[in-house]
Amino acid sequence: MSVLEREKARPREEPVVRRGRRVTDGHGRRIRVWELVLRYALLLAVLTLTVGPFLWQLSTSLKGPTEDIFSSPPTFLPSHPTLHNYRRVADTIPVWDYALNSLKVASASVVTNCVGSALAGYALARLRYRGRGTATLVFVLAMLVPVEGIIIAQFTTMRELGLNNTLIGVVLPGSVAAMNVLLMRNAFRNLPYEIEEAAYVDGADVWQRFRRIALPSVKGTLAVVAIFAFMGAWDDFLWPLIVLSDPDKFTLTIGLNYLHGTFANDERLVAAGTVIAVAPLIALFACLQRYFFRGVGEGAVKG
Amino acid sequence: MAGVSRVRRQLPTSPWLFAAPGLLITGAFVLYPFVSTVVNSFTDRRTLIPGHFVGLANFRELLHDDMFWTGLRNSTLYIVGVVPALVILPLLLALLVQKNIPGITFFRSAFYTPVVASVVVVGLIWVWLLDERGLVNSLLRTVGIGRVGFLSDQWLLLLSAMAVTVWKGLGYYMIIYLAALANVPRELHEAAAVDGAGPVRRFLTVTVPAVRSTMVLVAALSSVAAFKVFSEVYLMAGPSGGPAGEDTTLVMLVQRTGTGLTGRVGYASALSVVVFVVTVALMLLVLRADRREEP
Repeated sequence: MSVLEREKARPREEPVVRRGRRVTDGHGRRIRVWELVLRYALLLAVLTLTVGPFLWQLSTSLKGPTEDIFSSPPTFLPSHPTLHNYRRVADTIPVWDYALNSLKVASASVVTNCVGSALAGYALARLRYRGRGTATLVFVLAMLVPVEGIIIAQFTTMRELGLNNTLIGVVLPGSVAAMNVLLMRNAFRNLPYEIEEAAYVDGADVWQRFRRIALPSVKGTLAVVAIFAFMGAWDDFLWPLIVLSDPDKFTLTIGLNYLHGTFANDERLVAAGTVIAVAPLIALFACLQRYFFRGVGEGAVKG
Repeated sequence: MAGVSRVRRQLPTSPWLFAAPGLLITGAFVLYPFVSTVVNSFTDRRTLIPGHFVGLANFRELLHDDMFWTGLRNSTLYIVGVVPALVILPLLLALLVQKNIPGITFFRSAFYTPVVASVVVVGLIWVWLLDERGLVNSLLRTVGIGRVGFLSDQWLLLLSAMAVTVWKGLGYYMIIYLAALANVPRELHEAAAVDGAGPVRRFLTVTVPAVRSTMVLVAALSSVAAFKVFSEVYLMAGPSGGPAGEDTTLVMLVQRTGTGLTGRVGYASALSVVVFVVTVALMLLVLRADRREEP
């Protein structure tokens, strides 16, 4: 675990100070102009590679039916931008229903993961009872089991419960991820005991101490759990593909795969579908990017 | 006094009530499926038919199944192709975004976008980009190179899928490296600079040794993920795994044999056991290599 613990340190924020026309870093060291030019040139090149494909997809989705999307050399900007393809994709597959299904699944996953892992994390970190070590071990072992290796058995389990082909079946296996329980456990362990002791002396029961004192102190980690639960559920592909068979129940990712398989000949439609699927996530990410980066630092095992 | 007695009245079972939801879910959907995967791997169970114990028959069948060897080959090739790129490129990228120059937060976030996007979106974007008539081929034709069948040639298809996996993973590992780089003492760089070491030399003698344990961690994480690859190849090659199924990976094979009304659950479980064993072996291998090299 020592390797993981070392990842926890945040990248240092070094404020940039400008003095006159010189650019210096946080240590007052001057950055040479040629180095700066080279850095920005490289940054822009990588930017083109990482964001360019998304923009190309957006551009394709806005191109009208009469526009040549296969031209060589390629034309980047649509000559007559139109939202027509978004209307057509909704006529072809019930894309808004799929988006709603994805939203339901992702929201449910956020709630269950936050509640379940906060409760279990608190029990592992703060409560004393026989069997605590075993309970911790259960979550550690569960974290090591690759989902891909048990997916068929998860499917048969779902069948036995009669929950296959339901959205509940999509949510359940990941509803309290072991990784999140351990994250919350570490967060609770890092709290000083004194504040809870005061409440204990005042007669607060275990539930009150958890709700009123411990939980508000770990909001940051809880936010990380929430974000990753949402993203994980919204982006998941393999499990919904296995558990859902009825097109009415599809989530966006499965719906997109279906759209791609059925209408592969019209890229404008597929492009519009992918934009619908990715836009909410990019918006969410843009608002919460600070938590994202903290989450990767804290949960480097997830991936 | 009243307060203390209220604490005493607390039921001894309450810690278990706190842990219950998590334990129940983990038990029912991770540990029980894990045990039943191992048990099923010794049976001829099918989706609708309960199985009988068949001993090692499934594993013996694996040895003679060409598709299994194809899947094992592709999943292994995936490690060979993806891991070195994901250990080195994100480190270089982290060095590039490490210095706080104006606008750097924007670049860091932008480089992370492919991580946020769903693998299905990413896959479909690249299917379109690498299409016979797509952007990449169109650019290649502009510079005078004929059409390249990125998605129709067995090997190019696998390479393209690897490139997409690397492209999607860059930002994630970049952030991990960024955290590690923040812990490298500045003095080391300065001392090396005083000794006359150039940027490349400083990278090799100061940065690389300082982030070595992070490189091992990235190697472990990315090799395990690479071996279990499913979505990228499934989306780019199609459910049947490209020309003659030659691009099928192990997890694709698990999905294909184990699901549906005629799914061979027993056989797919045997495949899953192989996935599980290799995954654990990879982890141990990489972590052990780390320990041995440490002075």
